Amino acid sequence: MKIYDVCIIGGGPSGLCAAQRCAEAGLNTLLLDRSPSLGGQLIKQTHKFFGSKEHYAKFRGIEIAKLLQDKLTSFENLTIHTETTVVGIYEDFVITTLHHNQYKKVQAKAILCAVGASEKFLAFENNDLPQIIGAGALQTLVNQTHVVPGETMVMIGSGNIGLIVSYQMMQAGMKVKAIIEANDGIGGYKVHASKLRRLGVPIHTKSTIKKAIGTDKLEAVEIIQLDEHYQEIPNTSQIIPTDVLCISVGLSPLHQLTSMLNAKSAYIQELGGWVPLLDETYQCSVPGLFACGDMVGIEEASSAMMEGHLAALHVCAYLKQSHPQAAELIPYYENQLYELRNGVHGSKTLKGILKRKEAMNAQ
Amino acid sequence: MLNKTGVPTRVQVQSVFFNEVTLSSFKAVIECYEDIPCNPCALSCPVKAITIAPTLHSQPVVDPDVCTGCSICVSVCPGLAIMLAKVHQDTAIFKIPYEMNEIFTPHQRVHALNRSGEIIGEGVVLSVSNKQHQNKTSIIEVQVDKALLHDFITIRGIQHG
Repeated sequence: MKIYDVCIIGGGPSGLCAAQRCAEAGLNTLLLDRSPSLGGQLIKQTHKFFGSKEHYAKFRGIEIAKLLQDKLTSFENLTIHTETTVVGIYEDFVITTLHHNQYKKVQAKAILCAVGASEKFLAFENNDLPQIIGAGALQTLVNQTHVVPGETMVMIGSGNIGLIVSYQMMQAGMKVKAIIEANDGIGGYKVHASKLRRLGVPIHTKSTIKKAIGTDKLEAVEIIQLDEHYQEIPNTSQIIPTDVLCISVGLSPLHQLTSMLNAKSAYIQELGGWVPLLDETYQCSVPGLFACGDMVGIEEASSAMMEGHLAALHVCAYLKQSHPQAAELIPYYENQLYELRNGVHGSKTLKGILKRKEAMNAQ
Repeated sequence: MLNKTGVPTRVQVQSVFFNEVTLSSFKAVIECYEDIPCNPCALSCPVKAITIAPTLHSQPVVDPDVCTGCSICVSVCPGLAIMLAKVHQDTAIFKIPYEMNEIFTPHQRVHALNRSGEIIGEGVVLSVSNKQHQNKTSIIEVQVDKALLHDFITIRGIQHG
């Protein structure tokens, strides 16, 4: 069984940045990802990203995935295994992986989890009909495999993902008939909403889906207006014929891997759900186990990248092989995170991080 | 209301436009009405006409005396929230960012759309730019009636379904 200094699980924006820093510090590093290509959700993103130059703003997500990977090409001490799913981690930091129907074991002195998040789903009548699909799967289908599943679409959810995926589907030639939002206001950035409105896409706030209609596949959706207590208002339903219904109602952090090692976790609504508790070095309650990115709190790729750098720098210190520039880089990335969260949209995240910290200290 | 509909109010739109004298040459009109952690427009401006301060979340401000109307900010804005505008006699001329699949050619007559996606008149395409630095965001120059100055936002082909 091969023994590495650190095993990074997840090759999305956070894990790729972490791999760069661990490799630079000379750690014998293993990066695992279950997908055929690295980049996580970035490789499905055809839109230009917000942020500043430190976060690769103005580049399209798919380009950022490439830019991050380009930083990993020169390291002999970095091993990358794609199409490799972690199926178990044990107390002695033995990691079991599945690759092309073969189980393998590796061991690491430290583990950094950056496995991201999974999509939330909605309960409604007939929600198992074909052509009802989550936003991430729809992006995979259309943007990665170039299969457009229908001519028309209704989107549930007006967060940034709902808005962006609607825009991407219009670029792929679909007609977006409506965006449905249960809250009183649009969830995502208004510039994304405005991009859709000017193309004629209606956004219905204070509305939800009542049921999907169809026998063998989706044919239409019934939507209904909601009052201020999120209760349906009778006689306000509307039938919208559509080929596809896309669900984009938020993300849940994937805490399951750290929970396998009995790392303490807590339900923190502001961070998206159950998250592992962390100390100020991104270390879980289990020594040597670290976590970063969306799995410790739902944010944007920009923050996930900054956290990946930071968590990796702390992993290096934990393994007593500090990164040569750690003294400058740690305050630099902490300041980057401060700037990204220092606005209206970041206040919820900051509140959640404070709760996560308090829960950790209470242990 | 922008927050509920995605459509800014007339007051919001007018607050980011310059007067007609200033608009005798192309100036950037930035419709970034929300505090977003984002600054490619300011960083890419070759003459530093766009300021984002004091924080990354602050909304951009254009200095029309410095802006040369070069259009670099139009294609870098991830929110497609920047266009150039100028007033020429009784027409308004825009350079808008465009990322959909329709192909437009110079002299083509097109529908002029407002911020709700409604047809408000006709325009004519003057030029289409797809330079490498625009990174697949086209910039389309369109001429419309001056009366549409504060209403026009994008175009659609006339035969479009």
